Amino acid sequence: MTVILGQTFTGISIGAVLLLIALGLSLTFGQMNVINMAHGEFIMAGAYTTYVLQKSISSAGISLLVALPVAFLVSGALGALLEWLLIRRLYLRPLDTLLVTWGVSLMLQQLARDIFGAPNVQTRAPDVLTGNITLIGGDDPLTVANSRLFILGLAVAAVVALSLTLRLTPLGRRIRAVVQNRDLAEVSGISTSTVDRTAFFIGSGLAGVAGVALTLVGPIGPTMGTNVIIDAFLVIVVGGIGQLKGTVIVAFVLGVLQSVLEYSTTVSVAKVLVLVGIVAFLQWRPQGLYTLRTRSLV
Amino acid sequence: MNLLKGPSARAAAGFAGAAVVLFALAPLLLSEFRLGLLAKYLCIAMVAVGVCLAWGRGGLLTLGQGVFFGLGGYAMAMHLKIADAGPGNLPDFMQLYGTATELPWWWQPFANPLFALAATVLLPMAVAAVLGSFIFRRRVKGAYFAILSQALAAAFAIWLIGQQATTGGTNGLTDIQGFFGYALDDPVNQRMVYFIIAAVLLLLIALARQLIHSRYGELLVAVRDSEERVRFLGYDPANVKLVAYVVAAGMAGLAGALFVPAVGIISPALIGIVPSIEFVIGAAVGGRASLVGAVLGAVAVAWAKTALSEEFPAAWTYFQGLLFIVALAFLPGGLASLAGIVRRRRAAAEKKAAVIPVGEAA
Repeated sequence: MTVILGQTFTGISIGAVLLLIALGLSLTFGQMNVINMAHGEFIMAGAYTTYVLQKSISSAGISLLVALPVAFLVSGALGALLEWLLIRRLYLRPLDTLLVTWGVSLMLQQLARDIFGAPNVQTRAPDVLTGNITLIGGDDPLTVANSRLFILGLAVAAVVALSLTLRLTPLGRRIRAVVQNRDLAEVSGISTSTVDRTAFFIGSGLAGVAGVALTLVGPIGPTMGTNVIIDAFLVIVVGGIGQLKGTVIVAFVLGVLQSVLEYSTTVSVAKVLVLVGIVAFLQWRPQGLYTLRTRSLV
Repeated sequence: MNLLKGPSARAAAGFAGAAVVLFALAPLLLSEFRLGLLAKYLCIAMVAVGVCLAWGRGGLLTLGQGVFFGLGGYAMAMHLKIADAGPGNLPDFMQLYGTATELPWWWQPFANPLFALAATVLLPMAVAAVLGSFIFRRRVKGAYFAILSQALAAAFAIWLIGQQATTGGTNGLTDIQGFFGYALDDPVNQRMVYFIIAAVLLLLIALARQLIHSRYGELLVAVRDSEERVRFLGYDPANVKLVAYVVAAGMAGLAGALFVPAVGIISPALIGIVPSIEFVIGAAVGGRASLVGAVLGAVAVAWAKTALSEEFPAAWTYFQGLLFIVALAFLPGGLASLAGIVRRRRAAAEKKAAVIPVGEAA
């Protein structure tokens, strides 16, 4: 019983990481239809920000707290810059954004390699987050790493913040208006180019926050973005493009699935099985779990 | 005189020129080492021919060509490894790990050279046919298709790495000595491999050209530009796309198979996400919709990679990134479209020049 619970919780914590890395994409890819392959490198930028801050701030706890907003700003600024330099020229050619931003991601990876060196670096986790918490005591205890709980909390907070922003603020209303009908939004007096850039800033900033979280579970290196980006895209695709609800559900389902399969097979076979499952799922729902019903012929 | 005009005559002349360069000039002018490298680039160009068909003509951005390249490559390498080991013996890496006492069942058919050769093309095509029919029938397209194909490449590479005992894991299948009884370290045989590769490339280009200029080729472009209209005309766009995807997969498989004797290795590092994107990039830089552009682009980018990355690995990565950005953001037709753009600009300028004096006279 504890084994199942333990695997489930591992799955939930994998899911929380997946959710964090996919959340920013649900804005830039899901809402704006831009396939930003450099999103993984924005995550990397967030992680390196944490690393740099820890060099100057001695307390690991404070540096982590400072890193969250700073990483958001750093990655967000990178994203806004990318949007301004390249992506605004490509809104009509979404597939080309994929390859163009792949070029950007290559350059950012090399930049990281030149600045921080090719080997992975590590940050210290604050003392509060290094221990375990016991959920079920007794002979067969179920313990959970504090850092995993922190990531879960961070993911939930980020989802709540993003969905409130989209639902309640004027900015959120403008973003939704542009997504639903760009031309109509434009003639209604919304500056679509500003909205695009702001949405990109927020989406990329969330990647930075994900990067901070990733420093708690693994090393920081120039290729860390490539390792997570595919998973993030798969979460969005399966959840349904532009559907925050779908992203959340699918992140946790895929996390648990991955964890359970890893337990019964191996890591690599589990990855392949998850992918086969995704292809099968898209047979059933080609547009993902949740779709916006439209009258288009897709 | 009319023989020298018209598209087919020009294509024939182009083929003759390419054949002269590939079969006479290159072997004459290049050192053994350079010729070996060229053989490798030509394999990448074969993948680009398929990419031109599937992506440039059909709009299917396939970022998983590494899967098919790998299937072809591993099929060929498995046979060569078994042949190197001799009958009854195990390939060297299996003996090294000591995990297998006899050939795994799925290796055994590859001992047969005919089966292995057929598998290098038919296996990737079969996989593409199954995947494609699932994906296209349910109208998974655009970004969904690109990401799915990329994930497949990642999963295939991860799976290969995980099966250390039977696939060689991260190392892949290395140290291949012979090629159907010919020793690969002999320069004469290496040259023979080069000639085979050059000939196959020309054949594939001819095949792709035939397809592009057929009724099917027009349908393919029509599906790319407006799938719904093609459906309303009574065709099934899924089938049209499927053919392009399967043919591209077969070409990638063949390229992988010929890559093995040319380079002597096949490994997960050659077929994962990064190489799969690189297969596409050469074609994009040269011009995705033009066969000549795609092939020359693939060769040029592969050549630039070797030339620059040996000397300045960091600079090459920046340059490569910049190349993608410039070619795709600012020159979506690739370098092949440059001539057309210049011609149009010049024509427009001449028109202007011709119009203005009339205006002044009036």
